[in-house]
Amino acid sequence: MPARLPYAYRYLRSKKKFPHVWCPGCGIGIVMGSIIRAIDSLGWELDDILMVSGIGCTSRMPVYVDFNTLHTTHGRALAFGTGAKMANPDMKVLAVMGDGDSMAIGGNHIIHAARRNMDITAIIVNNNNYGMTGGQFSPTTPMGARTSTTPYGMIEPDFDICKLTKAAGANYVARGDVYHVIELDSIIKKALSGSGFRVVEALAPCPTNFGRANRLGDAVNMMEMLRNDTINIVQAEKLPKEKTEGKIVRGVFVDRNEIGYIERYQKLCDRVSAGVRK
Amino acid sequence: MSGIPWGETKLVQGNEAVALGALAAGIDFFAGYPITPSTEVAEILAREMPLIGKKWIQMEDEIASISAIIGASLAGGRSMTATSGPGFSLMQEGLGYACMTEVPLVLVNVMRGGPSTGLPTQVAQGDVMQARWGTHGDHPTIVLAPSDVEECFSLTIKAFNIAEEFRTPVILMPDEVIGHMREKLTFPKEEEICVTPPSSPDVPLEWYEHYHASATGVSPMAHFGSGYRFHVTGLTHDTHGFPTRKVDEVVSKMNRLKQKITRRLDVLENNKLHDVEESKVVIFCYGSVYRSALAAQKILAKQRKKVGIFRPVTIWPFPDRTVKELLDSKDVILVPELNQGQIIHEVERLTSDSVRVVPLHRYDGYEITPEQLVAAVQEVM
Repeated sequence: MPARLPYAYRYLRSKKKFPHVWCPGCGIGIVMGSIIRAIDSLGWELDDILMVSGIGCTSRMPVYVDFNTLHTTHGRALAFGTGAKMANPDMKVLAVMGDGDSMAIGGNHIIHAARRNMDITAIIVNNNNYGMTGGQFSPTTPMGARTSTTPYGMIEPDFDICKLTKAAGANYVARGDVYHVIELDSIIKKALSGSGFRVVEALAPCPTNFGRANRLGDAVNMMEMLRNDTINIVQAEKLPKEKTEGKIVRGVFVDRNEIGYIERYQKLCDRVSAGVRK
Repeated sequence: MSGIPWGETKLVQGNEAVALGALAAGIDFFAGYPITPSTEVAEILAREMPLIGKKWIQMEDEIASISAIIGASLAGGRSMTATSGPGFSLMQEGLGYACMTEVPLVLVNVMRGGPSTGLPTQVAQGDVMQARWGTHGDHPTIVLAPSDVEECFSLTIKAFNIAEEFRTPVILMPDEVIGHMREKLTFPKEEEICVTPPSSPDVPLEWYEHYHASATGVSPMAHFGSGYRFHVTGLTHDTHGFPTRKVDEVVSKMNRLKQKITRRLDVLENNKLHDVEESKVVIFCYGSVYRSALAAQKILAKQRKKVGIFRPVTIWPFPDRTVKELLDSKDVILVPELNQGQIIHEVERLTSDSVRVVPLHRYDGYEITPEQLVAAVQEVM
């Protein structure tokens, strides 16, 4: 046995779980790597973490990691997570979801989790389509893009995950991508380090479905697009507007320290139960 | 009233008794969404639970509500939700998930007129088959139907206990009349209450199987955060909870889900029988209709007409064996229901052609009266 195995093995399930379901060139595994590195650097105990997910490619992530893991129904990760967090507030709850899972069928749950400032970190892998069912359009498919259900091009405007969750009241909102991995690691680490509802949108390529349907080339080409078509918020603010136009901005958009739901509920219990004793 | 008035006699509403029964059973977590005619359950718990540091939340819809209670139950909290028809329809998704993942919870469905929005403030028993088959796929179902306020209290406690013991959702289905009526309820003394403690595994961490196939089909369940780390998925899974498509593992899971109920029917079966053996005519009923049946029986007795009453308190699993044993020799079985005929098909299934199974349907939002039952019996006798 080698003297020092890579640290990732500590977080992965050894039996039966590999190979994973993700296609070659998929970005979800990179996000999983970022999550593991962020957790490792925080020194969290495996027992204290609950990873909850919905349905879809991203939502298969919990089966591979050795935390408490809960793979739920489509769109409901945050609702299941809300119950688990309230029943056991000591657990650190991470919800991993895709763009369809969190924005379409789970759209109601995410705006209300954000409004409540529920103490959950939501990591949303945005690959602009439903991968698991073969590449249908999602609420984040860009206008004009082709998918198996928009054969003539998308005619609906897309959701901006970060603007939506910011407006709904999340404590922390950030966007990263799987090309700029070191940045993504730090964005996720920061997301895990505070209270209230915390959102990370991680842009990732789906070369098998979205890439093929839109003739975007192979996985490498799609990674290069992430390099060329995105810009860090700090850099973007320094540049004139015409130089950043059409680029997707990465970075931390919201970092508030508003009181989270769990603490607010506890304060309510303290207040009313004190009244009972009087 | 605050807390449970142990040992006292009070005028109590059915829904209130459900809420107090949940508190008596040691409820830790409630999630719900407002809906008539079940709202009092949520309202009373919203008032009571924070006082004792228990968790209560109003979610954004019924799907979120049942999802939240499943999450809470997995994290070690005794959990319940309450709803009515339209909300019950939305909860079918989570109900199937809880059956598949073997998560204990209590779902209260106070039945109102349907389909769709139907008759929100009026009584019906139209969800009986939905409770059995509403969520997709083969699955276990346990449904209890109270007929009075005392049972709203005691069956709620029982529902929590059965859920824990069988590791499965239990549905409590009062109809609107039972949920909204008020009558005298003498609360038991606190020490008289029997609450099944939450299970916990007694094996070392590495030996733990979340779905261990024990003799009863149910094994002690660990909770998230307890140190036993496990995976839960609605995908068909092996004994550790990991997804599988292996034929033997799939069949074994499906068989165990079914058999954990069918092998212990005796524990679940609960019937109230009145003069069934000595009567040639029997009224087969449940919920509020039972109350009218008791009144009708008295009226008929004065006319020297003897009728029996068979009332399943546990309506699912259906008491097949007892119905066959006691009712297959009768002349007439009258099956009054507040729907267009649901449970009657079970009675027909279990009785020979020589037995006349007579329906009495009412689905206009009002109760079946004793007079209606008397008239129906007079017609067949």
